[in-house]
Amino acid sequence: MDNLKQIVSEAKAAFAAISDPDALEQVKARFLGKSGQITELLKELGKLPPEVKKTAGAAINVAKTAVESALNERREAIRKAALAARLAEEALDVTLPGRSEARGGLHPVTRTLERIESLFASIGFEVADGPEIEEDFFNFTALNTPEDHPARSMHDTFYLQNPDGSLADKVLLRTHTSPVQARYMQAHVARYGQLEKMPEIRIIAPGRVYRVDSDATHSPMFHQVEGLWVGENVSFADLKGVIADFLRSFFETDDLTVRFRPSFFPFTEPSAEIDVAFMSGALKGRWLEIAGCGMVHPNVLRHAGIDPEKYTGFAFGMGPDRLTMLRYGVNDLRLFFEGDLRFLRQFA
Amino acid sequence: MKFSESWLRTFVDPALSSDELSHLLTMAGLEVEDLSPVAPAFNQVVVAQVLEVVKHPDADRLNVCQVDIGQMSGSGTPVQIVCGAPNVAAGLKVPCALPGAELPGDFKIKVAKVRGIESSGMLCSAKELGIAEDASGLLVLPADAPVGQSIREYLDLDDQVFEIKLTPNRADCLSLLGVAREVGAITGAATKLPQVDAVPSTIADTRAVVLDAPAACPLYCGRIVKDVNAKAPTPEWMKRRLERSGIRSISALVDITNYVMLELGQPLHAFDNAHLEGAVHARLALPEEKLLLLNEQIIAVDADILMIADDAKPLAMAGIMGGEESGITLETRELFLESAFFAPAAIAGRARRHGFASDASHRFERGVDFGGTRRAIERATQLILDVCGGQAGPVVEASAELPARQPVRLRTARAEKVLGLPLGAERIAGLFKGLALNFTQEGDEFLVTPPSWRFDMEIEEDLIEEIARLYGYDNIPSPAPRARMAMLRQPEAQRPAYRIRQMLADRGYQEVVNFAFVESAWEADFAGKTEEADLIRLANPIASQMAVMRSTLIGGLVANLVTNLKRKQTRVRLFEVGRIFHRDASAQPVAGYRQPWRLSGLAFGGALPDGWANGGRKVDFFDVKGDLEALLAPAVLRFEKLDHPALHPGRAARILLDDREVGCLGELHPEWVQKYELTAAPVLFELEFDILKAVCVPAYAEVSKFPAVIRDLAIVVDRGLAFQALIDGVKQDLPGLITDLQLFDVYAGKGVPENKKSLALRIVMQDTQRTLQDSDVDAAMQQLIASLERNFAAQLRA
Repeated sequence: MDNLKQIVSEAKAAFAAISDPDALEQVKARFLGKSGQITELLKELGKLPPEVKKTAGAAINVAKTAVESALNERREAIRKAALAARLAEEALDVTLPGRSEARGGLHPVTRTLERIESLFASIGFEVADGPEIEEDFFNFTALNTPEDHPARSMHDTFYLQNPDGSLADKVLLRTHTSPVQARYMQAHVARYGQLEKMPEIRIIAPGRVYRVDSDATHSPMFHQVEGLWVGENVSFADLKGVIADFLRSFFETDDLTVRFRPSFFPFTEPSAEIDVAFMSGALKGRWLEIAGCGMVHPNVLRHAGIDPEKYTGFAFGMGPDRLTMLRYGVNDLRLFFEGDLRFLRQFA
Repeated sequence: MKFSESWLRTFVDPALSSDELSHLLTMAGLEVEDLSPVAPAFNQVVVAQVLEVVKHPDADRLNVCQVDIGQMSGSGTPVQIVCGAPNVAAGLKVPCALPGAELPGDFKIKVAKVRGIESSGMLCSAKELGIAEDASGLLVLPADAPVGQSIREYLDLDDQVFEIKLTPNRADCLSLLGVAREVGAITGAATKLPQVDAVPSTIADTRAVVLDAPAACPLYCGRIVKDVNAKAPTPEWMKRRLERSGIRSISALVDITNYVMLELGQPLHAFDNAHLEGAVHARLALPEEKLLLLNEQIIAVDADILMIADDAKPLAMAGIMGGEESGITLETRELFLESAFFAPAAIAGRARRHGFASDASHRFERGVDFGGTRRAIERATQLILDVCGGQAGPVVEASAELPARQPVRLRTARAEKVLGLPLGAERIAGLFKGLALNFTQEGDEFLVTPPSWRFDMEIEEDLIEEIARLYGYDNIPSPAPRARMAMLRQPEAQRPAYRIRQMLADRGYQEVVNFAFVESAWEADFAGKTEEADLIRLANPIASQMAVMRSTLIGGLVANLVTNLKRKQTRVRLFEVGRIFHRDASAQPVAGYRQPWRLSGLAFGGALPDGWANGGRKVDFFDVKGDLEALLAPAVLRFEKLDHPALHPGRAARILLDDREVGCLGELHPEWVQKYELTAAPVLFELEFDILKAVCVPAYAEVSKFPAVIRDLAIVVDRGLAFQALIDGVKQDLPGLITDLQLFDVYAGKGVPENKKSLALRIVMQDTQRTLQDSDVDAAMQQLIASLERNFAAQLRA
C-alpha cells in the first residue's frame, strides 16, 4: 500500500504545478478519471481476497479523499488567484475627479431673503408681495405722505412716461416696500373687517425697490424687506424685542449691540433708525444703519380702514443688501447686480 | 444743518464733551453726521507783529525780520526770524510759531540758523496751520489783533463743526436757537437766548404791506433802513460763524440776513428800497407772470406760487428766492427788510418743481416759528446798524390769522400702550416740563398746546414720540414679543419659491439679479417691441441704457453671458426670477401695467463641466428641455414649434401646461448671436413663475403584483412627423394594457429611405388583475401597429 502514499503525493505535486483551471481538470483525470490511478486501484479491489479487501478498500478511499481535497484546495487557490488578478486589473484611480453636473447657486441676496423669511416665519410672519410699478397713492399718499410733503424729496423717485411721452403722474417705481403694508392692510380689512376682532397681521414683504441714485454705495435698484405686525396690543417695546431677536439670529451672535435712534418717516410714529454695532471683527464698534422702523401712524391705519384706537402695530423696512454685505463681508454693493459668475459662485 | 460748537455754547453750555454732546443729539433724533475740528492740533503759535524786514545777506528770497511776540519772549523784546514769505512786511500782524511749537504734519519748530542767520521761530501761512489751503503767503491778521495772544484763542480754533442730519419734521432745529433749545431739553442745561430789543426808529419812512393771500402769508413785517454802507466789511466773528456753518461770506448785508437765519431760524430778505414802487404785496402769481431770480434763472411762475410784489411788478418768489432786479448790491443805500411767515403748504414742493432749492424754502416748507418773525427783523436791524450804519424806520406789521395751535390730548394709558412701557402721569409731566411745553393736566390726561416753532405736534402720537425721545429709546425695554401661537398654513400643493430656485441651482444654474430697466434695443431684439407705444419708458432714467422697463428677462441674461465670456468663463448657466412689465389697460392691481413674475434661464458651453470624463458635448435644446421637464415634474409639459423674436425659428418651442401657454424655450436667434458677438448660440427659456409653485398632492394608485411585459418596436415614418403628434395620434387607439411607451432611439440616414426616419419604441404592458398571456400581448401589439400604419403610414422596420 506504499503505492497509495506515492499516488497521493504525486497528485499533490501535479496539482500544485498547475495554475490553469482547465489543465487542472485534465490532471485530475490522471488520478480520479475513468482510468485514473485511484479508479484503477478500486477496480482491482474485487480481485482481492475478502479478508484483505476491507482494509485495502478503506486505504484506497482514504487516498481518494486526500486527492480530492488536494484538488479542491488547488481549485480554490486558482480561483482566488484569478479573482485577485481581475481585481488588480479593474482597479481605478479613485482620486480622479467625479463625473457630474456642477452645482449652481442662489444669489447672495436671495440667500439672505430666504433666511430672513424663515426666521420671521418661525414667529408667525407670512410673506406678502406687491407690484413694483406702484400707484403714487400707495407709495406715498396712503402712507401719510401727501403731495408736496417734504419727505417726498427724501425719495428720488423714478417716474414713467405715457405712450405719448407725457408724464404718467399716477404711477411710479416703488421707492420702498412699504406700499405692500398699505395694500395688505386694505385687503385684510376687506376680508375680516366685519369681525368683532380681526386676526392679527404679521407679514414681511421682501422685494426690489427703485431710487434715482447710483454710486459706490447706492444702486438704482435694490432690495428691501418690509415687516408689519398689527394687533390689539403691539407696542414699540415689541418692535425692539423682535428686531433685537432677529439681528442676533440673523448674524448668529449675541456679540452685537442694537440701538434705536429717533427718526422720522411719515408713515410711522414714533419712528426710529436701527443701528447695529458688532463687538468684534473688522467692523468692531462702528454703528451701521440697517433699517428704519416705527409704530404704524394712525393715519396709515385709518387709510386702510383700521381703527387706531383698537389696533396698534409696528412696521420696519430693512436693507437685505446691506445685511448680506455685513454677513458675508462683501464690500461693494454693485457686485450684486453685475452677474459676474466669479463673484456669485462664492455663494453656491 | 452745520454749525460751530462754540457758537452753540454761547446759548447753552452743558458740562459735556463734544463727543458726549454729539451722542446725545444723535440719540434724541438729531443725527450728528459729522463732528470735526475746525483746525488740526498745533500749539505755541501766537499773534505777532513784524517790526522790521531786512534782506538776508546770503539769500535772495529770504528776509530777516524783527518780530514782536509780546510777553512770549519773556522780556517783551523782539525776536529775530528768517522768513521766506513774499508778503512779509513791516507792520503786519501774522501768526508766529515759537521755538518748541508743534505744527500739523508733525513739524517741530526749533531755534536754528538759516543760511548763517539765527531764526527763533516761524511766521506761518494759513496752510501751515492747517486751517485753509492758501499757501501763497503769511496769514495776515487784522491790525487790532492782540500781540502775544495764542492764535488758537484769537481765531477760536479750538472749535468743532457739528453737521446734523435733520428729519423733515424737525425744522425747529434749523437754527442755533432751535438746537440750543433741544440741547436744553435733553440735558437740562440752562439756555441763554440772545437778547433782542426793539430798535427805535430814527426816521419815519415806511412802506405799506398788503396781505392779498392771507392764508399763504398771514404775517409780514417790513422796515426801511436808509443810509446804509453796503460796502462795510463783515465782522470777523460773523464771517467765521457763517463759514463754519458752510455759508460763504458775500457782503455785510447778505451776511447779516444769513446770520440771523442761522441764529434764529427766520429767513429774511433785503430788497433795494430804491427799486420798489408803492406798497409791498404778498399775493399769488398772476397769469403768465415771469421773474428773473437771483440765480439768474428766469422763471415762469405757476398760479399757486406765492409772490412778493410791489404795486408795479413782481419782486420775489416768497420764501423761496428773491428777484435779481430788486436785490441788494454793494451800491445799495436803502433797504426794505422783510421778515415774514409763509405757510408751509404755500411753499412746499414749489422750489423742487422748478428744479432748485434754497435755504429759505427748505425752512418755510417745513415750518418757521411765527412767534419769532418780529424778533428776527429787530435782530437784523440792530446788526445792520452796528455794521453798516444807517437810519431805521418803524416796522410795519401786517397780520392775518396765524396757524392755530390746538391743544393736543395725551392719555397716559395710550402712551403706555403704544410704547409698551409703564410710565405714569408724573413722569410724563416731568418730560413735558423738560421740553418747556405749555400743558394742563387732569389726572392721567394732558392737554398740550404746541409752541409756535413746532409744526409736528398735532396728534397724540406726536406727543408720544416726544415722550419716547426724551425718555430715551434706549431705555425702553425690548422683551421677547408675546402673541397667540398659531401655526402658519403651508399648503402642500404649493412649493415655496426657494425650492424652485434651489432645484435650478442643483441643476447647475446660478441665480443673477438684473436691473428691471434696460436698453430699448433689448426690447426690440428679445421681445419684438419695436413700437414706441409698446415700451414702458422711464421719465427720468439715470442712463439711456436703463430707460425702458423690461418685458422679458432674456436681455439681462444675454448681457450677463457677454460679461462672463469676457471674463473667460466658458460654461455659463444662469437664471433670474423677476417681474416683467407690459402695458395692459385691464391689469390688476395697478391699472395699465401687468407685472407678472417670470423665471428665465440661459445655458451656454459644455453640456457638462469640462472634465476628463464629461465628454466635450455642448449643451443643446434637449438638455435644457430636460431641465424644465424635471423642474415641473410630475406635471407633464407639451412643446410646440414657435416663432419668437429672440429665438431660432427652427429651434424654438412654446411650452404648454394643461393646454395653456406658459413659456418658451429655444436657441438664441443667429442674428443676435452675431450682434452680441457670441461664439455660439445659448439656449434660453422663460416661464411664468407662478406655475412652478403648484404641485399635486400625491394620490395612491394600485401597484400591479403581476409581471410587466416589454416589447420593442421599430417603425419608419416621415421625417417631418413630430413625435408629439405620433403620441397624440395613437393615444386614443392605445389598448388599455399598454402602460408606457418610450422612445429610445431616433435614426435617419443609411438604411432608412430618404425623408424618412426610424423610431424605436419600447412598449410596456401590464395588468393589475392577472398575468398577461402571449396572446394578449400579441393582440395589443397588433392593435398598436395597425393604428400607427393607419394614422402615420408607419412601416415596420425589418
